[in-house]
Amino acid sequence: MAMLKKSAIWIAFAVALLGMPQIFDTILAISILNQMAIAIVFALSYNMLLGQGGMLSFGHAVYFGLGGFLSVHALILIEFETMVFSILWIPLIGGLFGLLAGLFIGSFSTRKAGTVFAMISLGIGELIAASSLIFSSFFGGEAGISGDRTFGPTFFGVDFTQNIDIYYVATFWVFLATLFMYLFTQTPAGRMANAVRDNPERAEFIGYSARKVRFISFCASGLFAGIAGGLFALNYEFITEENLNAATSGRVLLMAYIGGLGYFIGPIIGAVILTLMNSLLSNYSELWMLYLGIMFLLTVMFLPRGFAGLIMMHQVAWVRGTLTLLIKPYIITGVPAILFTLTAILLIEMSHTEDEIFHFLGMALNTSSSVTWVVALALFGCTFFATRKSLGQLNEAWETANAISKDEQT
Amino acid sequence: MTILSLTNVQKNFGETQIIRGVSLDIVEGEKHAIIGPNGAGKSTLFHLISGRYQLTSGNIRFKQDQIENLPPYEIARMGLARSFQVTNIFPRMNVFENVRCALLWSKGYRYSFWHLLGRQRELNDKAMDVLEQIGLKDKALLPSGELGYAQQRALELGIAIASGAELIMLDEPVAGMSHSEAESSVQLIRNITEGKTLVMVEHDMNIVFDVADRISVLVYGEIIATDKPENIRANPKVQEAYLGEVPSA
Ligand SMILES: Nc1ncnc2c1ncn2[C@@H]1O[C@H](COP(=O)(O)OP(=O)(O)O)[C@@H](O)[C@H]1O
Ligand SMILES: [Mg+2]
Repeated sequence: MAMLKKSAIWIAFAVALLGMPQIFDTILAISILNQMAIAIVFALSYNMLLGQGGMLSFGHAVYFGLGGFLSVHALILIEFETMVFSILWIPLIGGLFGLLAGLFIGSFSTRKAGTVFAMISLGIGELIAASSLIFSSFFGGEAGISGDRTFGPTFFGVDFTQNIDIYYVATFWVFLATLFMYLFTQTPAGRMANAVRDNPERAEFIGYSARKVRFISFCASGLFAGIAGGLFALNYEFITEENLNAATSGRVLLMAYIGGLGYFIGPIIGAVILTLMNSLLSNYSELWMLYLGIMFLLTVMFLPRGFAGLIMMHQVAWVRGTLTLLIKPYIITGVPAILFTLTAILLIEMSHTEDEIFHFLGMALNTSSSVTWVVALALFGCTFFATRKSLGQLNEAWETANAISKDEQT
Repeated sequence: MTILSLTNVQKNFGETQIIRGVSLDIVEGEKHAIIGPNGAGKSTLFHLISGRYQLTSGNIRFKQDQIENLPPYEIARMGLARSFQVTNIFPRMNVFENVRCALLWSKGYRYSFWHLLGRQRELNDKAMDVLEQIGLKDKALLPSGELGYAQQRALELGIAIASGAELIMLDEPVAGMSHSEAESSVQLIRNITEGKTLVMVEHDMNIVFDVADRISVLVYGEIIATDKPENIRANPKVQEAYLGEVPSA
């Protein structure tokens, strides 16, 4: 029964992956889907460290980037026919290089968790990023290196000229990588990673070296980050220092955190949300990084278990069949909350813009008129208080929906 | 036959000498209690034996091997399991996982990343058996951090005994429990250490005299007596150190 349910989830995952480009079939959509695929593998690999293993890394982009660089070099070798194989296998090369880097760096960085590990990861990240600008024959300096994925043998007639071809390659690897990362959590090494995260000391008294347990997770995490880097190389056909520096490391931390570290699916949700924000929001506003920062802050403060945790909170009500009780309260709170968010965005954007006429949701607003500001500020205040006032009824409804009924208690 | 042998073990923390030359032989199969006033160094002695602390000097032999200053995991693998005075579990993992993890090494899984735990029938059955023994079967899926105090103590014990180690060391296993909880824990300890060697630190003298074959009295880092319960009770040095805490009948 449990087996059946699990298989069903994996089949649904495969169908969703394959179905996405049927539904979202524009060029922009396919490009976003490719980014999502890369981000999902990368964020899941990061969570092997932080969520599963309790290792806070500020340098995870190193494994992603190194995998990516080696993959672009492999593309170049294929292009010059030094090697002949389908580019479908490129992510494996990225993965192996990520694993190699993990083996090497993990051999000393996993000695301790906590602050020591975090600082070492930061140091290594800076070191590799700096090296990448120095050793320009491998890293290509500031410009990075580029390849061409259309050489090499075709794969059943597919020549990988289209982004959609890469999407299917990515799908294959995303599915495989996700499956194996999940299965890893179900093995002795994966479970002991949780134990060491919770209590490294006690783990040693049941026969396990905390350091070795961390090392294994670390290497596995490097492997999958490298695979993500390989997918990046295939998708963009170039890679630069930016892809292994601290900013990229920070982004993957955000993805995993916002999605929810405590759940396997959390980083997937985080990867989807952040990719969407990154690619859609950035079209609309120069300030999208600011919004991302605010969202991260709000998540840390109010949703410590991330979006996955938010979804899982509803499990009890779902099982009890009381979820419908929450629909109306959610709307009552949701409407002012959305209006509040919009006015907040409006105020931020109006402060930022230099145009006299600011276009927002089809309205043309005069930013030099004090009336616009007064109205916006008034709306800001009103929606804020409306949202706050509405929280009471939402709370009550929540209690009712989750309350243990009399016959369940006995 | 001696299973555990300490020879002139010393431990200093900075300038302070906490363990001042302890020599002690634990006989295979015996139930050995270590008693002594608070701060005498009982827990420290446990930490030295189990590898948590490094010795300042001395030797410790477990079965045939010198084990002083080995890392805890190597000592544990040789068949020496222990519990802690302060509960030391895996709080975010559920109760079942806590016990299953404690079984992994002894069942030969080592650092395997190719076995799926869900399929390891024998391992899972064994983990459930242990849960049954410690009375936490119906709490199997609860995060262990959410257990009540007595239940966490039971789990602490479960993690220590799961692997079926030959030598089990329990540091105040029933401290802080109610009378009836303590009683059932003692019964449990008796059952699971059947045919094994037990070294136990305990304050409740009734329990000590009830369970132990031999008792060692540790005072200020020195063992002042090791003997059968009735002889310990009659020992004037012990009476002096304990000032009548030892029940006289
Ligand atoms: N890590 C340590 N550093 C310094 N002093 C310690 C340390 N651990 C224990 N001690 C000291 O050693 C003495 C013995 O402690 P402990 O072994 O816990 O006693 P017991 O278990 O017999 O009550 C105490 O005085 C305690 O303060
Ligand atoms: Mg103590």
